[in-house]
Amino acid sequence: MFLAKAVSKRFGAGTLALDDITIRVETGDFIALLGPSGCGKSTLLRLLAGLEAPTSGQISWDAGHVPGPGEVGFVFQDATLLPWANAAENVFLPLRLRGKTRAEAETDVTAALAQVGLAEFAKARPKALSGGMKMRVSIARAMVSQPILLLMDEPFAALDEFTRHKLQEDLRSLWLQTGRTIVFVTHSIYEAAYLANRILVMSPRPGRIAADIISHVTEPPKERRGSASYIALVREITETFRRVMPDE
Amino acid sequence: MNKIVERIAPFAFGVTTLGVWQTWVWLANVPPYVLPSPLDVVHAYVDDYPTLNPALLSTLTVTFTALFCATVISVALALGMAASGLFRAAIQPWAVILQVTPVVAIAPLIILWVNQPFVALVVCAGVVCFFPILSNTGAGLDQTPMDLLDIFRLNGATRWQTLYLLRVPAALPYFLVGLRISGTLALVGAVVAEFVAGSGGFAAGLAFQIIEASYRLEIPRMFAALWLLAMSGITIYLALNLFAAWAMRRYEGA
Repeated sequence: MFLAKAVSKRFGAGTLALDDITIRVETGDFIALLGPSGCGKSTLLRLLAGLEAPTSGQISWDAGHVPGPGEVGFVFQDATLLPWANAAENVFLPLRLRGKTRAEAETDVTAALAQVGLAEFAKARPKALSGGMKMRVSIARAMVSQPILLLMDEPFAALDEFTRHKLQEDLRSLWLQTGRTIVFVTHSIYEAAYLANRILVMSPRPGRIAADIISHVTEPPKERRGSASYIALVREITETFRRVMPDE
Repeated sequence: MNKIVERIAPFAFGVTTLGVWQTWVWLANVPPYVLPSPLDVVHAYVDDYPTLNPALLSTLTVTFTALFCATVISVALALGMAASGLFRAAIQPWAVILQVTPVVAIAPLIILWVNQPFVALVVCAGVVCFFPILSNTGAGLDQTPMDLLDIFRLNGATRWQTLYLLRVPAALPYFLVGLRISGTLALVGAVVAEFVAGSGGFAAGLAFQIIEASYRLEIPRMFAALWLLAMSGITIYLALNLFAAWAMRRYEGA
């Protein structure tokens, strides 16, 4: 889908947040960007979204297709919904911004809400929804415009463990169904091992890609967590971290 | 139980204070031109309501006209300042200067320049009460969550869409905070303006009644006018609080 080549990012004249990152992402990949706080993984995600420009290096999109409005879906750690709008109106937003009327968008909005299991909550305002449900609305909003790339910045980090497990399962199922390309930032080894097909381990100060690990976990979502291949993957990532992390 | 006691407490305190006041005036034989008893004040109101009530109405008309104009102008200015940095740079210092200058000092000028007394009073009261709405609405328009701005950017939102679909509704709670502060300030402004204008102004408001009563040593009437002002202030305060709570309930829909 794209190749990020020798990408670096420096904020002002100060710290180097990202140093010489080269990654290639294929269509249909589910990639986890895994690293401790401050390793620049969120910055890298913002560069991929086009929200910020790299200081040096470049991101070249296959066939020169730089994603336009609505072609990149973004999910933040907070659900960041409009509090004055109900779930359906929040999901409608990306389509509305590109000039669609409510009637034109109706089918897409309903489908996106159903996809995240919230068909019955279309009329609910964010205040009436739980943390997990708000995050589901946020994911539906990111998916409604059928983006070619879905970027997620620690979306489940603020949720309780039970809700997080459920949402991880559902996200994995959603990816299996839609085959959408996802880059998912996380600081949890377990989350990265559970969700992704490919795990990019990042080391901090400056942010670098320290390892590129391919997942061989093939179990379906509900059976992944206890499987031998998952446990082996967690161990592999943990050992990689031990090797590449600078001593504190 | 505790809740009920808390609800009753202010009224109980008020009634007790009135009782002590009344008893003290009776027992110590305080003359009414020094301190009238609460009953004297009630009598003064009953005797004088044909002048006091229209005076109250006049002051309230100034208050609400000023609050309305200040709201419209402040919101317009805040939007202008949010839309254009140059406009903000040009306007903001002057708004602050106008705010920090005591209205008592500029009221004579306003009354001199504006020939129409009612308009002059509205201008004075408006000057007193515009700032909380302007600064709160401005702050609200500036503090739109960054992540939401990013969502709008990623979806190719125009500046105009970002303003009316995101920044304006996101600023509404801030605006309500400003409105609640400005509401009571508008009354203060109206009364101060009437005081400064004196008989040269509208000569119809409650402040003028207070001045006149003090010249004639009609202290019970003065207290009656004062009481009407205090009640108006508390009513405006409570009404705006209720309005803000109602608006927030509709806003968040929970």
